[in-house]
Amino acid sequence: MSCWEIVADYAFRSLGYGERLLPRSDFTLCQQVVLIGSGMIWNVYFGAVALVAGFALATLVALGKAARSPWLRKPSEWFVFVFRGSPLFIQFFFAYFFFLSLKQSVPALDPLTSAPVGAALVLFLNTAGYSAEIFHGALRSVPRGEVEAAEAYGLTGWPRFRRIVWPTMLRLAWPAYTNEAIFLFHATTLVFLSGFPAAGQKGDALYYASYFADQTFNPFVPYPILALYFIALTLVIVAIFGAVNRSLNRHLPAARRPARPRFLPQIVR
Amino acid sequence: MFAYCSDPQVLDGLAWLSCYLTTGKHMAIYWAVGTVLLLLAITGPAALLFGFGGAVAARSPVAPLSWLGRGYIAIVRGVPDIAFFLFFVIALDQGLEYLRHLALCPDWDQPVRQGSDFLVCPQAKLPLSSAPQWQHEVYGFALAVLTFAIVFGAFAANVLHGAMRAVPRAQIETAEAYGMTPRQTFRRIVVPQMWIYALPGLGNLWMVLVKATPLLFLLGVEDIVYWARELGGTKTPQFTDYPHGDWRMWYFLALLVFYLGLTRVSEIGLERLMIRLSRGQATLGGAAQGGVR
Repeated sequence: MSCWEIVADYAFRSLGYGERLLPRSDFTLCQQVVLIGSGMIWNVYFGAVALVAGFALATLVALGKAARSPWLRKPSEWFVFVFRGSPLFIQFFFAYFFFLSLKQSVPALDPLTSAPVGAALVLFLNTAGYSAEIFHGALRSVPRGEVEAAEAYGLTGWPRFRRIVWPTMLRLAWPAYTNEAIFLFHATTLVFLSGFPAAGQKGDALYYASYFADQTFNPFVPYPILALYFIALTLVIVAIFGAVNRSLNRHLPAARRPARPRFLPQIVR
Repeated sequence: MFAYCSDPQVLDGLAWLSCYLTTGKHMAIYWAVGTVLLLLAITGPAALLFGFGGAVAARSPVAPLSWLGRGYIAIVRGVPDIAFFLFFVIALDQGLEYLRHLALCPDWDQPVRQGSDFLVCPQAKLPLSSAPQWQHEVYGFALAVLTFAIVFGAFAANVLHGAMRAVPRAQIETAEAYGMTPRQTFRRIVVPQMWIYALPGLGNLWMVLVKATPLLFLLGVEDIVYWARELGGTKTPQFTDYPHGDWRMWYFLALLVFYLGLTRVSEIGLERLMIRLSRGQATLGGAAQGGVR
C-alpha cells in the first residue's frame, strides 16, 4: 500500500471518514505520521474553540475581579481560584461524570457527554480562568496617566474602556497570554485520557500516538512524530500571536518596542 | 472499622456514612493521598537537581554540552508534558531492561526488537517476574518519580538558567577582579545569589507540580484518581455491604476540593517564604509559567 493510499484512507480518520479499522499489524512510518496528524485536527479544534470563547469570558471575569462591588468581585475571584487551583485532569473527570448524571434528569443535555462539546466547554472555562488572571494583572498595571489623560479628553465609561484601557491591557498581557495559548494547546491532549470517550476510535493526536506505542511496544517512533507536530503547532501560534503583538504595539516608537517579543526566549531558544 | 458497622443494612445517615468511609478500600484511597504527598516530597528536590544540572549544562562553555542543556530545556517545553510522561515511562523501562540485558546475557543472539515485541532475556526483566507484588509497585512508582523529575527538571532548568543570568554582572566582575576562577565565581557568587531571582519561578513550578500529580494515574500507579473511579462506580448489593449508584461525580468533587486546599496551602506557604527571603533585597520577582495545569 503506497503512502498516498494511506493518506486517502486515514487523513480524516479522526473525524470518522475513510477506513474504519485502524492499522493492526505491519505498521509503517507513513501510517503513524498520517494518523497522528489526523488526530491533530481535534487538538487544533479544542484549542481554537476554547481560546476564542475563553478570550471573551476572560475579559469579563478580569473586569469582575477589578470591580468595586463585591457582588461582581467575589464570584469572579472564586471562578479564577477554582479553575486555576485544581488540576485540569480532575476538572475533566468531574465534568464528565457531572454531565453523565445531568443527562439522567435532562435528556436534552446528552451532547455534553461527548468530547467535542463537553471537553471543549471545560477547556473554555479553564482557559478563561487562567487568562482572566493574566488580564487582571495587566489591568492593574495600565498606567494611571493614560486613564487620567482619557478623562481629561472627556472620555468616560464604555468609550474610555474600549479605546484606552482595553488596548493597553491587551498590549501588556500579550506575552503572558501567548504562553497561555501554547499551554492550552498542549492541554488539549488530556481530553481523551480523562473520562471523555473516543467514540469509534475518533481521537486526538496523543490518542493515536499512544495507540501505536501500545501496539508496537515501541515509543521511539510515535511520540517523536507527535512532538514534531506540536513543535510545528507551537511555531504557528508564536507567529500568529507575534503578528498580533506587533499590531498592538504599532503606535509605540520603534526604539521602545522590544526587538524580540518577551515570550520567545522561554519557548524557542 | 467501628463496632456498630457489623450490619450496615440497619444503619442510616451519618452512622452509615462513617462506616462507609472507613471500609478497607477507602483506607486504600487515603493511602493513595499519602502516595501523592510522597511523590511531591521526592520529585520536588529531584526536579531541582535535574534543573540545576540542565542549567549548568546550558551555560557551559563546551558547545556540545551547552546544546544538550538548551535542547533539554527547549524540547520539554515545546511538547505537551503528557506526551513526555507516556513516552518516558515506556522508554525508561525498556532502556533499563536493555542495559541489564547487555550486562547479564552477553551470549543472547536474538534481536531484542522482534516486530511488535520487546524481548530481553528473563534474567534482565525489571523487576524479575518472580518478584513479589510490592517490588512491582515500588518499581512503577520509582519510574513515575524519575519521569516527573526529568520533565519538571526541564522547567526548573529554564527558571534556574534565567536566575543565573539575573545575578548582577557587577558582582561577577568584582569576583573576577579579586582573582577568583570561573569555578569559584560560580560556587561563591552566582549560586548563593541566584535563589532570590529563581524563587517566583520555582514557586510557580511547585504549583504546576502539585497540579500534575493526578497524572500518576496515566503512568499506571494506583493513585487517587484510580481509587476515585474504582470506589465511585455503581455497587450492587451482591458484591458489597454498602450498595450505591454512580457516585464518581462526588468522588471527583472531593478530589477537586482536596487539590484546591493543597494549592491554597502551598500558595500561602510560598508567599511567606517570598516575604522572608526578599527582606532587604532589591529585586523584581519575574514569573515563569509552567505547562501542566
